This record gives sequence, C-alpha cells and structure tokens, in this order.
Amino acid sequence: MTDTAFVEFDRVQKSYDGEVLVVKDLNLTMPKGEFLTMLGPSGSGKTTCLMMLAGFETATHGEIRLDGQEINNIPPHKRGIGMVFQNYALFPHMTVNENLAFPLEVRGMEKSVREDKVRRALDMVQMGAFGNRRPAQLSGGQQQRIALARALVFEPELVLMDEPLGALDKQLREQMQFEITRLAHDLGITTVYVTHDQTEALTMSDRVAVFNDGVIQQLAPPDQLYEEPENSFVAQFIGENNTLEGRVKAISGGIAEVELHDGRIIDAKPVNVHNPGERTRVSIRPERVEMNTARLPEGAHTLEAEVQEFIYMGDIFRTRLSVAGNDDFIVKTRNAPGQTRMEPGQKIQIGWLAEDCRALDAA
Amino acid sequence: MADMTADVAQMRGSQEKLTTADGKPLKVALAAAQARSKRRAFYLVAPLLFFVLLTFVVPIGQMLHQSVYNPDFVYKTDVTTKETTPIMVNLRNWFDENPRGTEPEEAAYEALAKDLVVLREVKAAGIAGTRINYERSGSRSLFTKSARKAKKLEAPYKEALLDVDDEWADPTVWAAMRNASSAYTMNFYLAAIDKARAVDGSVEAVDEKRKLYVKLFMRTLMLSILITFLTFVLGYPIAHMLATLPLRYSNLLMILVLLPFWTSLLVRTTSWMVLLQSQGVVNDALVGTGLLADENRIQMMYNQIGTIIAMTHILLPFMVLPLYSVMRPINPSYVRAARSLGATSWTAFRRIYFPQTIPGIGAGALLVFILAVGYYITPALVGGADGQLISNLIAFHMTKSLNWSLAAALAGLLLAGILVLYWLYDLLIGIDNLKLG
Repeated sequence: MTDTAFVEFDRVQKSYDGEVLVVKDLNLTMPKGEFLTMLGPSGSGKTTCLMMLAGFETATHGEIRLDGQEINNIPPHKRGIGMVFQNYALFPHMTVNENLAFPLEVRGMEKSVREDKVRRALDMVQMGAFGNRRPAQLSGGQQQRIALARALVFEPELVLMDEPLGALDKQLREQMQFEITRLAHDLGITTVYVTHDQTEALTMSDRVAVFNDGVIQQLAPPDQLYEEPENSFVAQFIGENNTLEGRVKAISGGIAEVELHDGRIIDAKPVNVHNPGERTRVSIRPERVEMNTARLPEGAHTLEAEVQEFIYMGDIFRTRLSVAGNDDFIVKTRNAPGQTRMEPGQKIQIGWLAEDCRALDAA
Repeated sequence: MADMTADVAQMRGSQEKLTTADGKPLKVALAAAQARSKRRAFYLVAPLLFFVLLTFVVPIGQMLHQSVYNPDFVYKTDVTTKETTPIMVNLRNWFDENPRGTEPEEAAYEALAKDLVVLREVKAAGIAGTRINYERSGSRSLFTKSARKAKKLEAPYKEALLDVDDEWADPTVWAAMRNASSAYTMNFYLAAIDKARAVDGSVEAVDEKRKLYVKLFMRTLMLSILITFLTFVLGYPIAHMLATLPLRYSNLLMILVLLPFWTSLLVRTTSWMVLLQSQGVVNDALVGTGLLADENRIQMMYNQIGTIIAMTHILLPFMVLPLYSVMRPINPSYVRAARSLGATSWTAFRRIYFPQTIPGIGAGALLVFILAVGYYITPALVGGADGQLISNLIAFHMTKSLNWSLAAALAGLLLAGILVLYWLYDLLIGIDNLKLG
C-alpha cells in the first residue's frame, strides 16, 4: 500500500488552541490519480486537513507525505499543489491572462511559453475568449472555470479543491461537477475535494472520506458508502434513512433479531453489534422498504404501519408512515404501473430483506 | 411564422419613440412620475447645501478675492456709518494720465498734497500709509507725518513736500503708490513668491535677505511629504495587523489607535514638549542611564525634529484608518492562492496584497498630506524657528501684521498647490481608486 501511496496522512493530529483536537489521529493514503472527497458537516475537520496538505496549517502531530516525501516543513509555495478556493480567489487587479500567467511567472518561465500554456489552459475550460477580462467582469461560473484553469496551468500532480462549487446555482453546479471530474480523469491528476454536499461527493468521487468530529467515520467508494454505511453517523449523513431503536435479541446465520421498544421483532444485518443484549439502532433506506410483503422470503418478520401522509413527487411516491413509535418513517416507491396510492390512516404491513436493514451502533 | 412577424413588429416598435398607454412620451411620463420624489430629496439636502455654500464656498471665495483686491489706497470705509469715500483721487488721475516711469513733476506733487489733505480729513492716512508700507517699509510714518502738515503746504508743492520729508523724492515710494492706486492687484501673489515690482513695473526677485515665502513653501512641502511617508511606514504594519486579527482584538487595538483623538491636540502637543525638550523625559532617561553625557543633551524640541515627531504622531490615525478599512475586506485566500501557485511570501505580498491596498494608501497619504500642509498649532508650539510651516506665516499675517491680502495670497497658493497635487493623484492613481472607508 505504501508503495502506491501518493498522498499520505500518518497519524496526523491538529489542535488550534492546545485544548481541543480538531483532527484526531488521521490516517489516509491515496494512490496517484484518485479523486477523493472529504465530506462532512462544518467543523468536522475536513477543511483543516486540506489546509495542512496545502501547507497553510501545520500538523500538531504526525506526518504528511507527498509522493513518499515528508512535507510537514515544506512551505506552501514549494509543494507544487494546485488549489481551488471556495471564493475562487482570483486576483482582482489582474486580468484573466495575468491570473493564469502568475504561477508560470513566479516559476521563471519565458513569456512565449507562458502565453502558450495560458492559452491552452483557457481552451481547456472553454474560456479562450475571456483572457483580457477582469475577474469582476465574469459570472460566478466563469470565475470558477478560471480558478480551475489557474490551479491546473502549472501542471501540478495534486489539486486541492475547497468547496469550489458552493457559490453556484444548482444547474451550473451539476455542469461543473461533471467538468471537474472529466478534467481530473483526462489529465490524470490526483484530486482532494472538500465539500459538505453529499450529492457532489457521491457523483464525483472515486472514494469518499466521511468526516465527523475530527475522525474519518468511513472511507469507501460512493456506492459502498450509501449501501453499506458502517455506523449510524454515516447512515444518517449520506442520503435519506429510517432508523428504529431496539435491542439485539439473537444473532445467528448473519442475521440479527432486533427487539424494538414495543416488543416486536425485526430482522437486520449485524454490522456494529456483536452480542445479544446490545442496544442498537437499525437503519434502512426508504427505497428498500417493501410494502408488498408477499414478495419477502418465507419467515421474514413484518411490522404494522399506519400511513400518515402520501406525497406525490412525479417519478416517485413518498409515503410517511408511523412505525413502532417513529412517525417519520419514509417509504419511497417508484411510480410504476399498478402501484397503488395510499390514503392517510390506512393500515399496512411492511417488511424488508434482512441484508438491507443494518443494525448499527446505538449512538 | 406568426411568432416571427410579431417579434419583428416588436423590434421595430422598440426603435420608435416609446409612449405610455395613453400616448404620452415615455420619458416625459417618467420625469413627471419622479419629479415629486426628486423635489422631496432636494428639500432634504437643501439645508446642507446652503450650509456648505455659506460656510465653505463664500469664505473661500472671499479669501481668494481679498488676495487680489485691496482698496485701502482707493476707498476709505467709515467703520460706523459704512460710508465709503474715495481717496487719493487726484493722484490716481495723475497716474492714469502719465505712464509708468514718468518722473513725478509739480503736478504730481500738487495732486499728492491735495490728497493728503483729504486723508487728514477722513482720518485715512494711517490705513493708506499701511497699504504702501506693505510694499515699501517705513512708508506709514511718511504718510501720517505728511498728512498732519498737509493743510499748511503751499505751492510749489514739490519743494514743500520734500521739506516735510525728502523720502518723497524716492522713486520706490511713487512706484508703490502707483501699484496701490488700483484696488485689484496681483502684487500680493508676487510678494507671496518672494517677488516684487521694480520701479519700472517689471517683476524682480526681492533681496536675498528678505526671501522667505518660497523657502517656507518648500519646507512645508518637504516636511509634509516626509511626515506622510513616516505615517505610511509606521501605519502600514499596524493596519495590517489590525486587519488580520480577530475582530474582538482588533476593536480593542483600534481604540488605542484612536485614543489620541480623545485628548485635546494641545495636550498631546504639550506632552511631546514634556517628553522631548532638552530637560525632558527622554533626555533625562538617556543621561540617567549613562547613554548620553549631560552636556550632549539632544535638541529634539523647538526645531524641525520636534515638528516631525509630533505631527507624525498626531496624523498617524489618519493613515491607519483608511488603510485598515481597505485591508479588512481583503480575503486572506488571495495570498494563500498566490502561495499555492508558487509565490514566496514576499512575492505574494508585493504582487497580490500590496496592489490591493493602494486605494487605502492613496487615501491615507492624501489625507495626511493635506492636513500636514495646513498644520498650524503643532509647528507653532514645538517648531521653534526652523520648524515653522507656511500656515504659521499665514497666521502671522492674519493676526500680527494684519496684511490680510498677503495672508490670502499665501493661502490661495497653498490651495492651488493642493489642487494640483489632487489632480496629479487623479492622473497617476485615479480618484475613483480613493477609498476612505
């Protein structure tokens, strides 16, 4: 693993005031060419990690390695890492061309080389016609492209992006998500992307590191993160999720029987629970709840639920149920032929496959 | 297809004059709709407008007028009745009829003698004499003495007057009287740049010994530039620190920067005197610690050094505040971006941070410079002989020599100089780049 590691955090800790650790014992390795997203709520330590990697914050403890070399004591300008900032940080007193030429200039490149590289970088982000504009004369999306081109123009092997799409409207954001991933893959650059937007993280990344409380809660490819969350924080944070609390009654054959507060039994897959008697929180995705219990395998447990609300959303129906004391139990069903619409007050039976329902820590 | 024709029709319509639904031209309708609110807005600013006109434009205009207008040799205004009597009528007629350079003959002396009688009657000899005295010292007593004896003078007047005082034969007296014979004159401006009119009317420099104003203008300019530079050098790092600290600390420190404003200018200046004089705190401390021999006490007060130190201190906030207000909103990510792009911290400062603070530097420098150029109290108190600035001389002419026209001319030159600098600033940096807060 160390052989292929390009970016490496080795037992990194960070504290700003000597009292609280913002980053607790971070271990992370990234192979070359990977697109990794640090996802988490604000204050979870993800931006601090990015700043330590860029060199704007020093690690309180631990080593950060880039391409096998320890970079803790290398100043930012010698690290050769491209960076895209949240507010773009385009120099307002320079034209687009001057902005892009800046990293080349400070590297002492000749004018003809500079002009050539700037032109190619602008063409790469389809902004070739805007070289003589000032940043203030550009729209947010255009500024974003320029910031991207500037971070790439000196051909860094590693690019960091700190919530680069946060200020854009939804449509533009989706377009840029696509363009950034395309560029990153085409150029073969390693990318660390920080965001608090889970959609962005899921659609763009090779792997996602979910941060909370200074710790990586789970580091996995997007599909695994969504479908196999390892703890209840990740399950709650990524996507929509229904939870029920209870106590493990028995574990056998990879299936845990969980007893809910009202004494009813459900099936779940033990993830974070190991022994009968442990408290647990089971988590199930709204689209994995089966309202047609006939489709479930023989012997599966079912629950009674009362429809609270039925919301028509076009492609899907969203039904809010009251299940075992939880009034916010959501079920999503596809608007398929033959799908019936529920009425509030209707009593139904629901169930699920044991592997879709994950028994996680009770926290 | 139908859509397209509609579009074309609309486009044509937009090129014709737009009208409202009932056919009034749109611009007229707009003006009418906005007239009421515009009128109301004007009423709101009207008091300020009149106030500014009354307290700013009128006095400055009057001051500028006075610098080219002095009627003391043309009219006598009675203090109580406000009645004006023309004086020196005969002599002025003679000046009109005879060109400059004409030797004053009997007719001229006769006119002068008659006018002196009038001067005595309306009690204007002193004022008229003072006016001549501005250009030729010693002339006031000549006028008062001669006016006293004017009634007894008889033809031939030339000899009679020369009997009273043979200074009447001096051509400079006649040249000065010719200069003063018209109320409008540029001579005060000439005096303000150490020039005067010779007997033949040409402009020449005054005696080396009497040259004063140009030197003072230059000193004022150099000291102001130096003080502006010092406040910049001292203020820039402070402003930067204030701008980058968290708000709760920077607010506290800002109070310290503003603290000097809370005490009277006089108190602050006096405390500098306590500190810097030769028996003062600083010298005592240096002598006490043995760094300085008692007989080598440094003279830091009543000279230029005193003026520079005290004024730099007093004007420092005027540099710090605009700098701070420009630096505060500069996002730290600009410098970070520059660093990540490969710039050393010095390059990042020079190429990225500094250019963005130029509007603040410009505003602060202009503010400090303009204040310094017109500074009066501090140089008057701590400046000594060679720390005086032009404003001290203006004050001298306003309050001591009572030559208001010269004071006005000096002030007018100062104003013109500042306007020129302002224009230069606009040319070099652009006035729209000025940011005061």
